[in-house]
Amino acid sequence: MDWELAREAFWPILSGGLTGTIPLTLVSFAIGLVIALVVALLRLSSNVVLAWIGTAYVSVIRGTPLLVQLFIVFYGLPNLGIVVDPWPSAIVAFSMNVGGYAAEIVRAAILSVPRGQWEAGYTIGMGTTRTLRRIVLPQAARVSVPPLSNTFISLVKDTSLASTILVTEQFRKAQEIAASHPDQLMLLYLEAALIYWIFCTVLAAGQRAIEKRLDRYVAH
Amino acid sequence: MSPTEGAGTEPNGTPDVLEPGGGARPGTPLLTVRGLHKSFGDNSVLRGIDLDVRRGSVTALIGPSGSGKTTLLRSLNGLSIPDAGRITAAPSAHPSGDPGTKTEGGDAPLTLDFSRKTTKRQRFALRDRSAMVFQQHNLFPHRTVLQNVIEGPVQVQRVARADAVERATELLERVGLGEKRDAYPHELSGGQQQRVGIVRALALRPELLLFDEPTSALDPELVGEVLTVMKELADEGWTMVVVTHELQFARAVADEVLFLDGGHVVERGAPRQLFREPREERTRQFLHRLLHPME
Repeated sequence: MDWELAREAFWPILSGGLTGTIPLTLVSFAIGLVIALVVALLRLSSNVVLAWIGTAYVSVIRGTPLLVQLFIVFYGLPNLGIVVDPWPSAIVAFSMNVGGYAAEIVRAAILSVPRGQWEAGYTIGMGTTRTLRRIVLPQAARVSVPPLSNTFISLVKDTSLASTILVTEQFRKAQEIAASHPDQLMLLYLEAALIYWIFCTVLAAGQRAIEKRLDRYVAH
Repeated sequence: MSPTEGAGTEPNGTPDVLEPGGGARPGTPLLTVRGLHKSFGDNSVLRGIDLDVRRGSVTALIGPSGSGKTTLLRSLNGLSIPDAGRITAAPSAHPSGDPGTKTEGGDAPLTLDFSRKTTKRQRFALRDRSAMVFQQHNLFPHRTVLQNVIEGPVQVQRVARADAVERATELLERVGLGEKRDAYPHELSGGQQQRVGIVRALALRPELLLFDEPTSALDPELVGEVLTVMKELADEGWTMVVVTHELQFARAVADEVLFLDGGHVVERGAPRQLFREPREERTRQFLHRLLHPME
């Protein structure tokens, strides 16, 4: 083991995480949640066409590999004359992917809120939209935190796929260093793995903190 | 007369917190229901119901489960949409535009004819006349007691927050829950939760209070505190329609009792008459079963 190399490589790989992996994850997840809410509401719609669109979206996203989705956006779209840079390509692909998976979580969470809560909203004079926003979604949020946290932590790791479309994130940084040290691949990739693990462990702790905070109005 | 000087309004323009029905004259018709029908698939739950609710009156709906009493109650505020029949609501006692009343623009009678398609606007207008207390209280678990109570006034009726808080506090104190203002619903007993449910309804200043078996989900020893509050409201002159199994309560508080079975009003009358000398055999059987469940 070349510990000197490990020490030298640590900061570049970590900074790839801080400037690549983390922002890519945060932005994609935020956009993905918006997509998820829209798709979940489509699926819950009483309008057959809208519900079908939502169902089709979820089916396509979940039925195809993320790597293929990424390649379609970055390498495929240019054939149609649409050239997108690596970063925006990655954000588009990851957001849409998260949107598909999280839509099912959000849908289930909305359905888990008892019907009486909707009715209580209606009887104090609220319409559907306001009842959804002020009464149902806050309760659905509580239910969806654990599964959404899992989606988020998966996304942290999945963003390593962006290395294949030239986004300089944490894993690509490790690969670049590895290119000039072909005899130290094990060390460098283990180091990259360790840093992913640290990120995910911290996030899991954050997840528990959020759950605890949201628990304050739930009976124990 | 300026819009803020209507019935039930004090000289300073603030309607009396505790005054029911906006001060309109008791005894005048508030809600008239004619020929209400409702089916769920093949199951016909309402088969031509007539009902008159007068201001200041307490109407008790009794009957076996599946008799249609809850569906009838839910039809009165648009949670359930009948297939046929008519509901007419008298002009609102609240002057239109008076902030913090359930009804806006309610100067004209409102008629919903369910044999035709009713609009969302009509159903909202009907709903705005009343407030509902549910069997399972349906308090918002993510909101404190106070937040539960002011949600409707602040969010829907555009009452200034400070005013809504003041009024909510007053109402909570009245039902003995002033100190629970900042508690979450799960921290309360069932009886306390239901009293908050009642306060949440009162805070909307409805003209009509609807109760859907408000004590059926409670432990027996907690029933009394809820019924006591309801009796006080009745004594103050609130107009109430109550679906209940509490015959003692109905006997003591109701002006009129309707016995429903199979989607029909089998018998209606003053509680004294209906409970003591029911005219119909089905009423007699039902009352007997309720009073002597072990036979």
